[in-house]
Amino acid sequence: MSNIPDNLKYTESHEWVKDEGDGSVTVGITDHAQELLGDLVFVELPEVGAELSAGSECAVVESVKAASDVYSPVDGEVVAVNQDLADSPEAINEDPYGAWIFKLKLSDPAQLDGLLDAAAYAEAAED
Amino acid sequence: MLIFEHSRPGRRARAQAPAGEAALADIPESFRRKKRPRLPEVSEMQAVRHYTRLSQKNFSIDTQFYPLGSCTMKYNPRACNSLAMLPGLLGRHPLAPDTHSQGFMSAMYELQEILKEVTGMSAVSLAPMAGAQGEFAGIAMIRAYHDARGDTERKEILVPDAAHGTNPATAVMCGYQAREIPTKADGDVDMEALKAALGPQTAGIMLTNPSTLGVFERRIEEIARLVHEAGGLLYYDGANLNAILGRVRPGDMGFDVIHMNLHKTFSTPHGGGGPGAGPVGVSQRLQPFLPIPMVASDGSDYHWLQEEEMPQSIGRLSAFAGNAGVLLRAYVYAKMLGGEGMQRVADYSTLNANYMLKKLMEAGFTAAYPERRATHEFIITLKKEAKELGVNAMDFAKRLLDHGMHAPTTYFPLLVPECFLIEPTETEAKESLDAFIQAMIAIREEAARDPERVKGAPWSLPVRRLDDVKAARELDLRWQPGETST
Repeated sequence: MSNIPDNLKYTESHEWVKDEGDGSVTVGITDHAQELLGDLVFVELPEVGAELSAGSECAVVESVKAASDVYSPVDGEVVAVNQDLADSPEAINEDPYGAWIFKLKLSDPAQLDGLLDAAAYAEAAED
Repeated sequence: MLIFEHSRPGRRARAQAPAGEAALADIPESFRRKKRPRLPEVSEMQAVRHYTRLSQKNFSIDTQFYPLGSCTMKYNPRACNSLAMLPGLLGRHPLAPDTHSQGFMSAMYELQEILKEVTGMSAVSLAPMAGAQGEFAGIAMIRAYHDARGDTERKEILVPDAAHGTNPATAVMCGYQAREIPTKADGDVDMEALKAALGPQTAGIMLTNPSTLGVFERRIEEIARLVHEAGGLLYYDGANLNAILGRVRPGDMGFDVIHMNLHKTFSTPHGGGGPGAGPVGVSQRLQPFLPIPMVASDGSDYHWLQEEEMPQSIGRLSAFAGNAGVLLRAYVYAKMLGGEGMQRVADYSTLNANYMLKKLMEAGFTAAYPERRATHEFIITLKKEAKELGVNAMDFAKRLLDHGMHAPTTYFPLLVPECFLIEPTETEAKESLDAFIQAMIAIREEAARDPERVKGAPWSLPVRRLDDVKAARELDLRWQPGETST
């Protein structure tokens, strides 16, 4: 069974979301997602300053098997992206919860309540 | 080993050299080479051995069962080759005048007519040089149609997630946004999601039917009605035409434009990137926009339709008139089969697929859509084997190579985990189908007994398991003198 930390929120499309407590969140893809994709060879990052809406495609992770979109879990503005991933996409395979992809400034902090908790995500990932 | 690595300075094959001297007089000094090109210098025997060895390493439909799902790797009859290579056809210059090309043009005209008939479309252009270019031409025509009507607010092309991966790329190439429509658990398009996505922004939908899930889209007529009511057009991706050839026609399902992969359905050699041929067929309303040139007939003579006769055409897709050699092979194939033969293609390709599906299920493998009848291909998921035996779809695929069979398509479509997309085609005998099923059973038994043997496969081929991660991360496509290739 893949690792699903209790302190994070999740989406059904396999992003994890960490509430930084200052009106911003950090986003990456889950251990389960990296397992399904296999070894990553390329990550396309969003642009800093981009306005994202919840559910919109904002990044791409590509493995030897497939290219897959990453979706924004909530509405917000991109305030930082993890440039290290451009050179070492394998960081996501090695440490999916350490290798974040982007940070968002939340438009509406209440949206975080709509995300899945660890137990609900574990159930969703089963299917 | 590359031919360049056999090279030794001064080694020659003089008997093969062209007679006489090259005439340099009419080439201006500024365009002449100053240094000799770095061509390999080998003897005639070395060249023969090198290329014979390469051909022996080839894994092809001429040597092995090749059930590569969605690629329709059927046998390519030799008669198609020999007739397409008749001296009159082979030697015809692409710029030869119409009066000197009537035989070739009559073959192309007849091929247009045959493809019209078998797909139920109003007109066909043979111009696209490959499936991808056929897709491009198809969506470009949809765009030209909307533009010609001043209907320029349509920005979206709908693409079900069971469609071919090239479809969204084509929509984007033509300036549209691709919008994904989900598939329901039974393999059909989610009609509620489709209804919600349709609107005044819809330019059209790209559908593959049967879909890449190996099932027939049962509500196609309702989909066609809904899309047309919203003002959009329907594009048929012909990748899976083999399943319905001569039995069901995309034109009758309500499609406005279709591309056909002649290199799949009409059995011309393909693999390694080409060459292909991707003719497009259209309904009445898209006819003015077809790519040129096309062949027209006044009843006795044939001529090329060019810009003057087709002012609204999306234009030319290549310098000449499509991949002539491929088109000729497809023409011979179509003439050899006739209408009845084409129906048998659909009958036997679906029969073979359903036979294999049933046998694999009986052997304990898991079908992705067990309640659905297979079309010309089907999907099994090796999720259970991966979990229980620790041997995944890629390991099964590689071990199949040791059994002398090409692997099915793996990990596509993306909707099904650990999947094999298996397409036996109509040209295989029952013995090859049974041999594949036996190989699958043998690999599963081996995985339980000695998993490392399966995970380390292939063991019997010129190259072992490739490091595809390293290859993707450290892309290196060019050999340089002094390097060793192996």
